[in-house]
Amino acid sequence: MRLFDPHIHMTSRTTDDYEAMYAAGVRAVVEPAFWLGQPRTSPASFRDYFDSLLGWEPFRAAQYGIAHHCTIALNPKEANDPRCAPVLDELPRYLVKDRVVAVGEIGYDSMTPAEDTALAAQLQLAADHGLPALVHTPHRDKLAGLRRTLDVVRESALPTDRVLVDHLNETTVKEAKDSGAWLGFSVYPDTKMDEARMVAILRAHGPDRVLVNSAADWGRSDPLKTREVADLMLAEGFDEDDVDRVLWRNPVAFYGLSGRLALDVTAPDATHEGNSILRGGE
Amino acid sequence: MTHPPTHQPAPRLTRPAEAGAEHDTAPRRSDAARDVAELRAALTARLDTAARRWLDQALDEAAAHPGGHGPISTWELRLAEAGRRCGPDHADAARVLILHAARADADALARVYHQGTADERRAVLRALPGLVPGPDALPLVEDALRTNDTRLLAAAVGPYAARHLDAHQWRHAVLKCLFTGVGTGHVAELDRRARGDAELARMLADYAVERTAAGRPVPGDLHRVLALTEPATASHGPAAPHGKES
Ligand SMILES: [Zn+2]
Repeated sequence: MRLFDPHIHMTSRTTDDYEAMYAAGVRAVVEPAFWLGQPRTSPASFRDYFDSLLGWEPFRAAQYGIAHHCTIALNPKEANDPRCAPVLDELPRYLVKDRVVAVGEIGYDSMTPAEDTALAAQLQLAADHGLPALVHTPHRDKLAGLRRTLDVVRESALPTDRVLVDHLNETTVKEAKDSGAWLGFSVYPDTKMDEARMVAILRAHGPDRVLVNSAADWGRSDPLKTREVADLMLAEGFDEDDVDRVLWRNPVAFYGLSGRLALDVTAPDATHEGNSILRGGE
Repeated sequence: MTHPPTHQPAPRLTRPAEAGAEHDTAPRRSDAARDVAELRAALTARLDTAARRWLDQALDEAAAHPGGHGPISTWELRLAEAGRRCGPDHADAARVLILHAARADADALARVYHQGTADERRAVLRALPGLVPGPDALPLVEDALRTNDTRLLAAAVGPYAARHLDAHQWRHAVLKCLFTGVGTGHVAELDRRARGDAELARMLADYAVERTAAGRPVPGDLHRVLALTEPATASHGPAAPHGKES
C-alpha cells in the first residue's frame, strides 16, 4: 500500500515518526507552511522556516525513503500581525523553487480585514506562479468561513479547480464539493474528524477529488492517520483501488498541477558511492 | 520510458585533480572553459528535447543578461527551476552551467546561495572552483560545513575548500565527513593536504580510540586517511590513490 500524506508538519515531528510512517506505507508528504505555536515576530523568522522546508526537512525525509514537498505562504493567523505581514513581499522568490507545489496554508482564522488582504494577495500569487492553492478553513465558525473563502476564491484569478479546501467536515463537505474545489479532510485523534466519520463521508460523497491527511504537527495528532483511514476503508468494503485513489492518486493529481512533484527519492546515501556527480575533486 | 534518467551517470562537475599539477593556484582560464564546455556537452547528450531546449535558452539568457533586472534576475529564476526542467539527476550540472553563463561573481554566488534551496546551494558550492579565484567565497563553504546535510557536506569539501580552507577547518571537515558518513573520496586533494599532517593524524587516532572504547566500528575510511597522513617517503609517481582516475 502506497500512501501520500498531503498535509503534515514534519518540522514538528521526530525521526521515529518518519520511520513509522515509512513502515505504514507513507512514501510522500507535503508540508504546508503554517504557524509554529509560538508566534513569529519578523519576516526573518519566516525565511529561516521556509529555508528549512526547502533544505533540511526534505533531506531528513529522504533518509527515511519519503519524498518531501512543501507549500509556502503567510498563514492567516500571522497575517494579522503587522510585524509579520511584510513577508508577503518575499514570497515570490520562494514560489519559484523546485518542490514548492502550492501556495499554502492560506485562508481564514478569525476572518479579519488583514486576512482578507492576505488571502486575496496569495491567491493572485498562486495564479501568477502556476501553482494551486491549499486553503485552510477556520476551526471556529467553519461554515461561514468556508462560504467567505469560496467567495474570495471565485473573485480571484485562480480557478476553483486549482484550490484544495482543507479541514472539511460533515457540515462543509457539500458546499465545498459543489464549488468544484478539491476536498481535504484532516483526521485527528479526538477532534475535527476521525476515521469512522471519514469513511462515512467517503461513502456518502464518493472518493472523487477527496484527499485525506493527518495534519500532524506539534499538537495532539497522529502521523499514521492516513494508514488508519486506509485500513478502515478496506474493512468497510472499499477496495484497494479506492484506497489508492484517495491516498495516492488524488494528492498526486492535485499537487501535480504544479508540475513540480518529484516522487522518486534519492537517498542521501548516494553520497557514499556510485553517483559521480557528487564526487568532484577526487 | 523513452529516456531512462538513471542508467548513465550524470556528468562529473569537476575534473579530477591532476597529480603533479600545481595545487595552490586556481585552474587556468582555458582549463575552466574546457571544463564548462565538456560539462555542457555531457549534460546536453543526456537531456530530452524539451529539457535541452530549456537549457539552451536559459544559458543564452544568462549570458546576455548576467546583471539581471527587476527584483530577481532571469538567470536566478532559471537556477531555481532547473530541477523540474532537467530532472533531479541533472540539476546540479544545469545549475553550474547557468552560474558560469551568468559569470556569477562571489557576491552573486553568495546571494543565490543564501536565497537558495539545499539543491541550489549544492550547485553553488560545486561552481566555486571555476568562478571564484580567491578566498572570497569561503564563508559559503563554512556555512555548508556547519550543516548536517551530507549532500551539502560532500559538495563543500571539493576543490575550492582544498585550495582555500585553513588547516584547522579542513581537518574538522575531514573528521565531519567520517562522522556523518560522507565518503572521504569527496574530499578534494585529500592526499596532498593530509600528507604529513600530524595534527590530523592525532585527531583521527583519537576518534578511532573513542569509537573502539564505545564498542563501535571504526569507519574504514579513517584508516585510509590516517595512512595518507604519513610524511611522504619514496615517490610513487603520479599514481591515482583510489583508482578512479580516467
Ligand atoms: Zn496545517
